[in-house]
Amino acid sequence: MNEHWYMLTLVGRDRPGIVARVTHALFEGGCHLGETSMMRLGGNFTIMMMVRFAGTTHALEQLVAGEAESLGLRLHVDRVEGGLHRHLEPDVRITVYGADRAGIVAQVTGALAEAGLDILDLISDVGGTEEAPIYILHIEGRALEGIPALESALEIVKGKGVEARLTPVDIMVG
Amino acid sequence: MLDILKYPDERLKQASQPVTVFDDALRTFVADLEETMRAGPGGVGIAAPQVGRFERIVIVDISALRKLPKGSSHSGRLLLINPEITEWEGMVMGREGCMSVPDYTGNVIRAEKIRFTACDESGTQREYECTGFEARAVQHEVDHLDGLLFLDRLVSRRSDLFRRKVY
Repeated sequence: MNEHWYMLTLVGRDRPGIVARVTHALFEGGCHLGETSMMRLGGNFTIMMMVRFAGTTHALEQLVAGEAESLGLRLHVDRVEGGLHRHLEPDVRITVYGADRAGIVAQVTGALAEAGLDILDLISDVGGTEEAPIYILHIEGRALEGIPALESALEIVKGKGVEARLTPVDIMVG
Repeated sequence: MLDILKYPDERLKQASQPVTVFDDALRTFVADLEETMRAGPGGVGIAAPQVGRFERIVIVDISALRKLPKGSSHSGRLLLINPEITEWEGMVMGREGCMSVPDYTGNVIRAEKIRFTACDESGTQREYECTGFEARAVQHEVDHLDGLLFLDRLVSRRSDLFRRKVY
């Protein structure tokens, strides 16, 4: 049977050993892993894994279902197009921070999208204290319309109560 | 054009030997090495072990960049034989890739400013100082001479600062 790429997502309360148990079950079931990303968000375990598997979506779900259930994780599997070796390299890194309020990400990414930003990687976090939380946003991406366009967009965003910094990413290939 | 060794070729993990003979054969090899570097997409540096010659020879030339990165020195073509870094100053994170590690780039911390000595093609020792991107390129290439890849120095892709837990 032909192998396909699947995107396998697990979400639930975090505890030690999840990755080891889930990937062991996948390995025993004949799967190959591709790119993966695990993050702990608000005390939750979240992972997305590219899994190469010679079988149906249902069969892949069955491989992991037992572990997922015993760990109390919600499981989701999608068959996906795509594959390995399709990286795009960022040429710009943007950091935004400020007093937390609703709408920071929408405003910042809206302005940047209009100025030609293709986001490749985004991570945001809330720090500070419970009384005075601060929002911190890191973005890496491609400036499809040039870096000056993004800088202009950030100048407008900065007037709205956040600090923003843009750094070109110069990749050294040696 | 020389063939580039690509990891997981184990030879990239071995240390290279100092050059002791500075002759025409060396100069011919250096010309081939430079041609190979310039043919690589975006390549601003190359080390002899990347083409399977395990001698301490490095070329760095960042002239091909569209724009000189902020804070970088620019020394033109640097041919560094038996290079020895003698001083390191400051630390800065930057993104690196490698012709021997296709389709992957990662974050690496390097000294911001370095001083080093190296011999030229005739065997005369000279002193150099580089900063920023150019210093990064020299450190990346000198690592190859010791069997080190940027993969050996990766830091997390997700953070450019180390977060402190307690204030």
